[in-house]
Amino acid sequence: MKYLHDIGSYFLMLKKVFASFTKTSVLKHMIFKDIDDLIISSLGIVAFISFFVGGVVSIQTALNMDNPIVPDTLIGFATRQSVILEFAPTFISIIMAGKVGSFITSSIGSMRVTEQIDALEVMGINSLNYLVFPKIVALMFYPFVIVLSMFLGVFGGWVAAVYGGFSSSADFIAGVQEDFIPYQLFYAFFKTFIFAFILATVPSWQGYYMKGGSLEVGKASTNSFVWTSVLIIAANYIITQLLLSA
Amino acid sequence: MIKIEDVHKRFGEEEILKGISTVFEKGKTNLIIGQSGSGKSVMLKCLIGLFKPEQGKIYYGDEAIQDMDDERQRMLREEMGMLFQGGALFDSMNIEENVMFPLRMFTKMKKPEMLARVNEVLKRVNLEGVNKKYTAEISGGMQKRVSIARAIVNKPKYLFCDEPNSGLDPKTATLIDTLIQEITHEYDITTIVVTHDMNSVMEIGEKVMLLKNGKLVWQGTNQEIFKTDNKDVTSFVYSSDLFKKIRDVQLKENKA
Repeated sequence: MKYLHDIGSYFLMLKKVFASFTKTSVLKHMIFKDIDDLIISSLGIVAFISFFVGGVVSIQTALNMDNPIVPDTLIGFATRQSVILEFAPTFISIIMAGKVGSFITSSIGSMRVTEQIDALEVMGINSLNYLVFPKIVALMFYPFVIVLSMFLGVFGGWVAAVYGGFSSSADFIAGVQEDFIPYQLFYAFFKTFIFAFILATVPSWQGYYMKGGSLEVGKASTNSFVWTSVLIIAANYIITQLLLSA
Repeated sequence: MIKIEDVHKRFGEEEILKGISTVFEKGKTNLIIGQSGSGKSVMLKCLIGLFKPEQGKIYYGDEAIQDMDDERQRMLREEMGMLFQGGALFDSMNIEENVMFPLRMFTKMKKPEMLARVNEVLKRVNLEGVNKKYTAEISGGMQKRVSIARAIVNKPKYLFCDEPNSGLDPKTATLIDTLIQEITHEYDITTIVVTHDMNSVMEIGEKVMLLKNGKLVWQGTNQEIFKTDNKDVTSFVYSSDLFKKIRDVQLKENKA
């Protein structure tokens, strides 16, 4: 029963987010602030993780390739497929659920605890539009983070393969270019947009409707990470079934 | 002027407000007092529209808030200023941005005009030179004053204060009380203060309402509060040792 209530409350929140818009100049300021807080500040960690995980994928593929009839281009091919199809869109999104999701929940939750949200409502401001809409818009730039992750993941794979002595640069690049299907990029970016929406709205919902004090803000942040991750994984499965298995 | 008629508010089975009717007068500081759990804060939240009463009407002028559409309610809220118990300042903004916020939201003023108005109200609350500081960098009393400045910057018709003195030392508390009263007279606004601080009652209680168990049990001025025989008032007022001693001294003086 509680889950049904929560699902209903989430969709009612979404309806309120898009009702009664805040003054454009104020929203614009909030959107730029959220782009900085949510997107720009995540670039470092995304770049670091993508580069090294791309490298690990490349090394693992090379080490598990014993058969001499398997071409050396497989390392580049496997790295590209792993990074573009799953690692960059899905696993970076789960990392972002921890980083960005917790930030959103704790910042909105703290505003709830310290009556800042009540202050907005008393002023006649649609607090959901003021707080959540800029985050949704900011996270529509999230695919740029994923592009960076894809590039650095494959680049990390190239560095590991070539400088680790597992493959020549030409073989790796040939593998990256092999059997390239542009539709797979569409699939990757389609799910990235869905994950971006989940990343913006689920943590906002957790923070906005939390009750209690600072301890509950911590609990809401943890719940936010759990539910955002669960929804990303579930959405990933459904989108993959719908877009790739048809 | 704000008039409320037979306001009831329930949370589940529990009735918090049990048919309250009164008038909050313009140009006066109207105090709602009572013990914790008496329904003061719920009443304040009903007045500002954060809670909807199940029964009864709340009139702003001649118009009941329940009969207003969403847009009219939003416009009414632009005419309200609110001082929250904890200040409720936006901690992501500095003092200047906090005070400027209602102007950015609801006016078409240019930035230099807004800045001039912000500086004017900050000066009015005796806070100058703190524009670029963040809320964490100033004291609790200063935060309350910034909150008052934000509440009055857009020249509201109604000012609501929820426990304005909580967490403040007696001297700062008196300063805040005096400031609220001065602003009420200066702007000729309807001010409603929720408090359980008897010092505030004595300082600024031009109209005082006592709530008990969700009912309005007494109303009068701060001068009348010591003359009434109402048992609810006497038990509330003389629960403070200080006021008991004052009463004993007065009784001795009267006998002498």
